[in-house]
Amino acid sequence: MYRYDELDQAFVDQRVAEFREQTRRHLAGELSEDEFRPLRLRNGLYLQRHAPMLRIAIPYGLLGAHQLRRLAAIARRYDRGYGHFTTRQNLQLNWPALADVPEILAELASVQMHAIQTSGNCVRNVTADHLAGIVPGEVDDPRPYCEIIRQWATLHPEFTYLPRKFKIAVTGSPDDRAASEVHDIGLHLKRDAHGALGFRVLVGGGLGRAPVIGVCIREFLPLAELFAYLEAILRVYNLHGRRDNLNKARIKVLVKSLGAERFRADVEREWLAGRGQAARVSPAEIERVRGCFAPPGYETLTDIDAAGGREPAFQAWYRYNTRPHRVSGYRAVFVSLKAHGAVPGDMSSEQMEAVAALAERVSFGLIRSTHTQNLLLADVPQRDLYDVWRELAPLGLAMPNIGTLTDMIACPGLDFCSLANAGTHAVARQIQQRFDDLDYLYDLGEIEIKMSGCMNACGHHHVGHIGVLGVDKHGEEWYQISLGGSSTGVTALGEVIGPSVPQHEVAPTIERLVEAYRALRTEGERFIDTVRRVGIEPFSERAYATHPAAA
Amino acid sequence: MRRILRRHELVADEWRHLGEDPAADSRPERALIVPLAQLRAEPARWLERSGPLGVCLGPSDAVADIAELLPRLSLVAVEFPTAGDGRGYSQARLLRERLAFHGELRAVGAGVRREQLFLMARCGFDALELASGEDPQAARSALQRYDVAYQPGSAEVALRRQRFERLGGD
Repeated sequence: MYRYDELDQAFVDQRVAEFREQTRRHLAGELSEDEFRPLRLRNGLYLQRHAPMLRIAIPYGLLGAHQLRRLAAIARRYDRGYGHFTTRQNLQLNWPALADVPEILAELASVQMHAIQTSGNCVRNVTADHLAGIVPGEVDDPRPYCEIIRQWATLHPEFTYLPRKFKIAVTGSPDDRAASEVHDIGLHLKRDAHGALGFRVLVGGGLGRAPVIGVCIREFLPLAELFAYLEAILRVYNLHGRRDNLNKARIKVLVKSLGAERFRADVEREWLAGRGQAARVSPAEIERVRGCFAPPGYETLTDIDAAGGREPAFQAWYRYNTRPHRVSGYRAVFVSLKAHGAVPGDMSSEQMEAVAALAERVSFGLIRSTHTQNLLLADVPQRDLYDVWRELAPLGLAMPNIGTLTDMIACPGLDFCSLANAGTHAVARQIQQRFDDLDYLYDLGEIEIKMSGCMNACGHHHVGHIGVLGVDKHGEEWYQISLGGSSTGVTALGEVIGPSVPQHEVAPTIERLVEAYRALRTEGERFIDTVRRVGIEPFSERAYATHPAAA
Repeated sequence: MRRILRRHELVADEWRHLGEDPAADSRPERALIVPLAQLRAEPARWLERSGPLGVCLGPSDAVADIAELLPRLSLVAVEFPTAGDGRGYSQARLLRERLAFHGELRAVGAGVRREQLFLMARCGFDALELASGEDPQAARSALQRYDVAYQPGSAEVALRRQRFERLGGD
C-alpha cells in the first residue's frame, strides 16, 4: 500500500494544526457556523441529526491492519465503539464530539490517514475496483493512479471551491466494479495500439436527483497528460457550472446543458491551451507510487479443493464469500458486514481489531473496503480458508450472503442523516427477517438491493437491480421501488415500478417481485437478466397484486 | 479602512475603487479600479486618464474579454463575493499563466478570508484585500500555514517541498 513520504506527512500534520485552530476559533465564537461550515466539511465533519458525523477517508478502500486497529481505538475512545463503512469506501463515525475532532484527526495523521475532502464542494475520495490487482485480465492496477490523483486533488489551489462535490473513479478491469459510469469522472485504464498506458475518459455521470450515465469524451488519454486533462475538465466546470441552484450544480447538468459534443470541444480546447502550465506526473513519480502497490510476497502454492469434505456451512461460505485469485493457491475473502439483524456496513471496534489481526496472519496485513459496504481480505492462502471461516463466524462476519439479496447497500438513513426521509435501517431489518432462509436466498441467486433514504442517492438506489428510495408523504415514510438498475457490466438506471408503498409493505413487495422472477425465469437466468428480457411490466403487475394502494 | 496584504506585507493602498471617493474619481492622475462593465461602456473615458488604471472582474466575467486591454492595465481585481465561490481561482490562473499578466492581481470581496489566502496566493494573487473584520496579522500567518504542497503554483508562497512540476514543453 502507499506509504507517506515526508511531504505527505508534513501536509497532513499542518492540516491538523490548521483545523485545530479553526475549531478553537469556532468554539470561542470567533467563527460563525456559516463561516465554519465549509472548513469543517472539507475536513469530513458534518453536523447531523444527533451529533457531528465524521467521514474518514479510506483512499480507494485500502487499509493496513495498523490503520484498522487505530480506527477501532478511535471509535471506542471518541465514539460508541463502532463505525459505518460507506458506498464510497470510507468510514463514518456517528457520535464524535466536535471538540474532540482535531484530536481524532491528529490520531489519524499518526497512522497516515485523514478526513480531508470527504465532504464539501471539492474533489472527493477517489474510488477503485475492490478486486484491483488480484483479478485476471486487468489492464493495470488502478490504485497507483488513484493515489496520484488523490495527491493532485488534495488542497488543489484552483479546485477546492467547486460548484458542487466532485467524484472520480478509476477502473483497470473490463468488469467495472467501481460504478465508474455514475461518477463525475470515470477513468478506464487502457492501452493504445503501441501498448502505451492511458485512459478512456467518461464525464458527467452521477446519481442524486437526476441520475445520468457518463459520456465518453476521450477514447484515449496518454498517462502523461492525466493532470492536464483533469485540470481542463475541472476548469471548464469551475468557471461554467451553475452556482445559483444546488440541485443543478453537478457537472452532469453542465454537460447536459452544453451538450456532450460542445462540452468535449471546450475541454479539448482548454487542455491544449493550458497543458504547458498544468501539473505533470513524471515517470519516476509513477514508478515510485506503483512500487508501493507491487504484489506481496506470494508463496508458490497450488490450487487445492479447500471446500471438499467440509461441512455444508463452510461450503456455502466458500461459494458465496470467496472469489478466485490470479495467483494459484490463493483466494479473496469477503468479510460480510451484512449479518441478518445488523445494520449494513456497521462494524464494531472488536470486529475491526479481530479482522486486523486476521489480516496480519493470513493476508499480508492489508484490508480493503468495498463500495458494497463489506470488507475484503484480498490475498488469503486457500489452505487457511477453513480457519479464517472459523474465526469470522463467531464474530458475526461470515454471513454467507455476498452477492445475494441480503447483501444490500443502505445509506445511514433517518437514524443518523439530517437529509433522510426514511429509516433505511428498519427496512433493511425487515428484509433480513423476511429473507432469512439461506436456501431460498441461494435459489434467488445474484440480486442487488440498493436503498437510499432520500433523493441524494447515497445508497445508489438508481443502479440497484431492485432500488428502494425513501420518500416523505405528508410526514410519513413511504418507499418508491425501481427495477432493472445496474452498475456492474452494463450500467443502467432502474425504472420505478409504480406508486410508492408504506414502510411495512417494502419487504412483502420485494418478495412478490422475486416470486415473479421465480415464475418468469428461464433455466439459470439471473434476476437482472429476466428483468431485461421481459421488462418491468410483468413485475409491476404482480408487485401490487395484494396491495390496497393498487386499486 | 481597507487592509491590503501585498506580497505578505500590510501596505497603504494607493488605489481607489470607482465610487469609493468621488473626489478621487475626478482626478485623472489618481490610481483607479473600474468595474469591467463601466470600462466597456465608456472605454475612452477611462483609458485616457493619466493615472494608473485597474479593472475589477466579477465571478462570471470572462478573462479572455480583457486580453486586449491588459497592456493598459496596472491592476486586475478579481471579486470573491463569498468564500465558497471559487471561480476567481481559475480567473487568476488564466490571467497569470495564459495571458501573462504581470501587473498587480488583487483578490477583493467578502470571500477574501484568511482560510482562502494560501490558495489565492498559489493561484497568482500578489495582493489580498482582506474582508472586513479579518485580522491582518492572522492573515499573514495563514499565508504560511503550509510549507509543502502537491501542485505547482505561483512563487508568491515559498514552499519547502512541492510534489508535481508543470508539464511544460510544447
